[in-house]
Amino acid sequence: MTCDRSRRATSSRDWLISFSAVSKRFPGGKEALLGVSFAVEDGELLFVTGRSGAGKSTLLKLIAAIERPSSGSVLVNGQNVGALRPAALPYLRRNLGLVFQDQKLLYDRSVYDNVMLPLAFSDHPPREAARRARAALDKVGLLERERANPIQLSGGEQQRLAIARAVVNRPSILLADEPTANLDVDSAGHILDIFVAFNRVGVSVLVATHDLALVERYGTRVLRLAEGRLLGEGATA
Amino acid sequence: MRKWLAQRAAALLNALALGVALALPAGGYAVIESLQGLSTRSTIDPQLSVFMRTDATPEAARQLAARLRGDARVHRVRLVTREDALASLRGTSGLADVVAALGSNPLPDTLVVSVAGSGDGVLDELAEELGRAPGVALAQVDALWARRLAALERVGRLALALVAGILAVGLVAIAFNTIRLQILTQREEIEVSKLIGATDGFIQRPFLYLGLLQGLSGVLIALALVWAGLVLMNSEVVGLARTYGSDFRLAFLSLGEAIALASIAGALGWFGAYMSVSRYLREIQPK
Repeated sequence: MTCDRSRRATSSRDWLISFSAVSKRFPGGKEALLGVSFAVEDGELLFVTGRSGAGKSTLLKLIAAIERPSSGSVLVNGQNVGALRPAALPYLRRNLGLVFQDQKLLYDRSVYDNVMLPLAFSDHPPREAARRARAALDKVGLLERERANPIQLSGGEQQRLAIARAVVNRPSILLADEPTANLDVDSAGHILDIFVAFNRVGVSVLVATHDLALVERYGTRVLRLAEGRLLGEGATA
Repeated sequence: MRKWLAQRAAALLNALALGVALALPAGGYAVIESLQGLSTRSTIDPQLSVFMRTDATPEAARQLAARLRGDARVHRVRLVTREDALASLRGTSGLADVVAALGSNPLPDTLVVSVAGSGDGVLDELAEELGRAPGVALAQVDALWARRLAALERVGRLALALVAGILAVGLVAIAFNTIRLQILTQREEIEVSKLIGATDGFIQRPFLYLGLLQGLSGVLIALALVWAGLVLMNSEVVGLARTYGSDFRLAFLSLGEAIALASIAGALGWFGAYMSVSRYLREIQPK
C-alpha cells in the first residue's frame, strides 16, 4: 500500500482528477471531508471505500460539482470545478457519467427513453442517437427490455439501465455511488463487471462502495475513507 | 394514459380560463370600435341652433347675432333668415310642392352658433341664456347625443384599458402558476436532466413554449367567444338600428387586431412562464 498519488496530487502533472487538501463542511457544521488529497490517472479504475457517512458520496459529488468544496481544490481535466460558474456545469457533467444508488430513473418513460435523455441535448442526428441508445442498452444486456417501463425491471436491471444512461454519451469519466447497494452478491458482481468492462475500453471509473470484500477481486487501487479523512490507499487482491 | 388525460384536461381548463378573461377586453374593444364608427359618422361639432319666434323682427335676429359675435365663448355665428330657410327647403328634392302649398312662410329666423373649444359646458350655458333672450323661441344644442356617445366611448376606452391591464397581469399570473405546477410535477425529470448535463436553457425551453401556447390558445378561445357573442348581439342590434334607418352592426375584430391580440397574449404567456422558470428552476438542484 502506498500513498504516492495522494502526495502527487498537488504536483504539476496533468491528472484527470485531482483533489488537493479538500474539505467539505455542510451547513450545521458537519464535516463530510477533511483535507483530502489524491489524484486519478486517465483510464484508471478506482474504488473508494468506507462505511456509511465516511464521505464517499460527498467526494463523488464534488467531482460532478453537485457540491462545492469548503476549502481546497478539485480539478477535473485541469478545470477547478469548485470555481465553475453555474452556466458551465452542464458542460462538465456531459463529460461525466453518473450512476447513483437510487438510479434516478424516470418511471413515466420507457427504458429506451431513459437512455435517450442525455442524447436529447447532444448534437447527434436522431438516427445516430437511436443507434447509440441501443448500443448502450446492448452493452448492459437490456436491449430486449427497451420498451419496458423501468418499474418492471429488477433492482440489478435498473442499475444496469442507469449505467447505460450514464455511458450513452461516451463520457471519459464514470462515477458510481454505491451502485451495488441493495443488490444480491451475483447482481452486484455483474454490475461491477460492467464497470470494469467500460474501464477496459478506456473509460476512467470511480466507484464508491462500502463493500470492500466485493472489490477485492479486481486488483485495482482503492481509496479508504473514514469520517471524512483519507486513511490511505492501496491495491486490492 | 390517465395522467396524460389529466394533464390535457388541466391545460384545456387553463386555456378556457384565459379565454374567458381575454374575451372581456377583446369583446369590449370590438363593441367600442363599432360605437366609435357610429359617433364619428354623426355631426359632433359643438354648436347650437337658436330659433327666433316667428313674430320676431329680422332686426332682432341681427342684433342677437351681433351681440353673440362679441361674446368670447362664441366662435362663429351664422344667421339663416326665414327666407333663406324657405329657399333651402324649396330646393330640397320632393319638397317644392309642399312649400308652395304652404301659402305663407312658417319658418323662423335661425342663428347657428358654434362655440370655441370643445364646448361641453359652454353649449349648455349658452343654450340656457339664449333660451331666455327676447325674441327667442328655442335654443337647441345640436348633436348632443353624438357628443355624449363620444364621451361615453372615451370613458369606455379608459375602463377597457384598465380591465385589459388587470387581465394582462392575471394572464401572467395564470401562466406563472401553471408553469410552477408543471415544474413541480416534473421536478424529478428536471433534477435528472441537470445531473446529466442539460443546460438551463434546454430545460426552460418546453416551459416557455407551454406559456406561449397557453396565451395563444387563450386568444383562440377568446376570439371564438367574442365572435359568438357579437353574432348573438347583432341579431338584436341590427333590428334596432333599422328602426333608426341605420345599417349599424357590431363588427368583429379585424385580422390585424386579432393578430395583435394573439401576439400580446402569447408574449404575456411567455413572460409569465419565463418568470416562473427563472424563479423555480434555480431552486431545483441535483442532490
